[in-house]
Amino acid sequence: MTDPNPLSPPALETHVTAHDETFLDSNELVINMGPQHPATHGVLRVILRLDGEKVLGLECVIGYLHRGVEKIAENRTYTMFNPYVDRMDYVAAVSNGLGYCEAVEKLLSVDAPPRAQYIRVILTELNRIASHQLWLGTHALDIGAITPLFYTFRDREEILKIFEKYCGARLTTHAFRIGGLQYEAYEGFEKDVRNFISFFKPKIDEYEELLTTNRIWLERTRGVGVISGKDCIALGVTGPVLRASGVKWDIRKAQPYANYKNFDFEIPIGLNGDTYDRYLVRMVEMRQALRIIEQAVEGIPEGPIMAKVPKVMKPPVGEIYHSIEAPKGELGYLIVSDGSTQPYRVRVRPPSFVNLQALDLMCRGQLVADVIAVIGTLDIVLGEVDR
Amino acid sequence: MDAILSYITSYLSSDLTPGAAGNWFWATVYVLLVFVGLSVAVICMNWLERKILAHMQVRLGPMRVGPHGLLQPIADALKLLLKEDIIPAEADGLVFWVAPFIVVLAAFTVFVVVPFGPTHAITDMNIGILFMLGVSSLSVLGIVTAGWASNSHYPLIGALRSSAQMVSYEVAMGLAVVSVILMTSLNEQGIGTLSMIGIVQAQMAQQEWFVFKFFPLGLIGFFIFAVAMIAETNRAPFDLPEAESELTAGFHTEYSGFRWSLFFLAEYSAMIGVSSVAVTLWLGGWLRPFPNWLSGSTWDLFFSLFPGLTFLFLAGMCFFNVVRMPKHPLFRIQTMGLAGFGVLLGLIGLILFVPAVRDRVGDIFWFSAKVAAFMYLYIWYRGTFPRYRFDQLMKVGWKVLLPMGLGLLILTAATAFVEPSVEQWLRHIL
Repeated sequence: MTDPNPLSPPALETHVTAHDETFLDSNELVINMGPQHPATHGVLRVILRLDGEKVLGLECVIGYLHRGVEKIAENRTYTMFNPYVDRMDYVAAVSNGLGYCEAVEKLLSVDAPPRAQYIRVILTELNRIASHQLWLGTHALDIGAITPLFYTFRDREEILKIFEKYCGARLTTHAFRIGGLQYEAYEGFEKDVRNFISFFKPKIDEYEELLTTNRIWLERTRGVGVISGKDCIALGVTGPVLRASGVKWDIRKAQPYANYKNFDFEIPIGLNGDTYDRYLVRMVEMRQALRIIEQAVEGIPEGPIMAKVPKVMKPPVGEIYHSIEAPKGELGYLIVSDGSTQPYRVRVRPPSFVNLQALDLMCRGQLVADVIAVIGTLDIVLGEVDR
Repeated sequence: MDAILSYITSYLSSDLTPGAAGNWFWATVYVLLVFVGLSVAVICMNWLERKILAHMQVRLGPMRVGPHGLLQPIADALKLLLKEDIIPAEADGLVFWVAPFIVVLAAFTVFVVVPFGPTHAITDMNIGILFMLGVSSLSVLGIVTAGWASNSHYPLIGALRSSAQMVSYEVAMGLAVVSVILMTSLNEQGIGTLSMIGIVQAQMAQQEWFVFKFFPLGLIGFFIFAVAMIAETNRAPFDLPEAESELTAGFHTEYSGFRWSLFFLAEYSAMIGVSSVAVTLWLGGWLRPFPNWLSGSTWDLFFSLFPGLTFLFLAGMCFFNVVRMPKHPLFRIQTMGLAGFGVLLGLIGLILFVPAVRDRVGDIFWFSAKVAAFMYLYIWYRGTFPRYRFDQLMKVGWKVLLPMGLGLLILTAATAFVEPSVEQWLRHIL
């Protein structure tokens, strides 16, 4: 049977209010950007309505990378589903794993032992740096600076090497297990992490030297894609985007999870909520992440790495929502248990998906080139948007 | 037969360019030489850009095709020639077909007046610089038609951006050029010149490159031109028309294969073209460095050894890498090829030491070396800067460079008017 209404993009007029007058009464231009456009960070499709180069409105079409991760969860045991979450935000797989493991632990009412907590924090913060490095490289590339990409990737390699040594995988690590860790930190793990800290500190200065005071970079990012803190909250935008708009909200401080309350670090906030502030906030976050890692690696306690968790997990009936501060914002897991070995429902609250809502608001009245900058600054990963 | 021979040989004793001397035979030879030289330069530039950019970006660049990727541009050219030639169904076939040729024609025709030496130019026009600016701005026509004929949104936006950009930067560029023409009027004759050769001769007569003239006025003019020429050739940080991350490839999105390679060729030869204008107008064209400080026949001899030494140095680099090549049999052909290339370069270098050759190529060498420095700048910018946004680009053109150019023009004119009397006055009180 053929579908009488084949899949087609919804008519734009119904979604974008058309009361803006075009300049000189010229025709509006509707441009399709993506899904295989080089600057949409994957398979995002954006339909732009333009007046010349000015953006009157835009609409995102997502779902090109939909794999039904949430549905898969309903047919896997809690343990079996663990690797799948790595495939959502594949540049911050460790954070995804941390969120899921902690959510199930909360459901089971177990706590990971302190040593496991420390190693988790180290790896998660390393992953935050790796994610921010990838963001910086691609964001700068979109704005036309091609060199930072290679610098960030060169340095990201050092983090991936630590991941590889720890668990054998570089990208989709599956580093954590429910209840703790599967692997003990390898011989020389602490030394590697310390080496990385001393290696990476001057590298951040190097990135900043290339961009922070660069005249063209300032012109391209200042006052571009401005969003107020109020709008952020209304749209549910979280993470560095929210903080750059002046809202001091970081789940690591606000609802401490893992053992973040043991560490001393600061939450950077921006003032103007523009692309430049978001850039600065992320740069400071990288430095703060190094600070956390430094403290964690000094204080790793001895002890077991795995809590007492049953082989066959049957969490009690109930539901749990647990969120963590992923590199891109609040990553939440709602898990409903019906007492069986498989979750009844898993709902993921991915930061990229929610942050992407703000794209239209941030781009209106700006130019086509700014759309690229704003997509870059939102730091979306389509694997996480579409799931 | 004798008549033909004497026609050919008669030119050799003249000290004019073949075009100005009206000798068709030598003019054709020069045209062919410039065409071949330019194509080779574009190929070299392609390889150099990829290698230099790669080394700036902590990577190696092409390494597989030939030793250190030396054959990569040739492999690329072959690939492009063998590709299917696609004309989109919706495109305007004829205009689509003509557009790249307009761009290439405009880019190559400017070399008619480029002086590689006092007699090494195809022709010397009395309106040389005007001709050059006029012809080079024709390329915008090709770009607009390319974008229009593609009948697609992205190329259209790219073409619009490009035309707006080229037109606005030409104004500032022209003002900077006029300030140089004012400076040429200060030689003994007191008459300005638009001829490219005349401009270099004026710098020779005044014993000063125009970039240092009326410090800092010459330098400002040079700066304006140096910025405008990057925008004019659509290179980073002004490469909006082909902003990869926004418009995929700008006006040539729909082009492929040979036609695309024509745009590529035109872009690079336009870069060389505007660089040679900058070199001619501000950096003394074919004149060797420090003719005032380091004058005398000994220094002349010393500087005339440079071309040969450069080629010997390149040959030495080749041999150095022959030694470093892996000794594996798989690399034997590459090693032999590199050695052969080194021998070739070395031979050229040795030939350049022969006095008769040495005296004739010196000016071409210095001209090319200065242009090469500009090419390096182009690559350096590309590796360093982010891209301007369209409105900012227009702002820089109209609100910064244009007022600067106007002010510069007025100041230069005033200085040129006042300077002789100031000099007399100074002489009077001293």
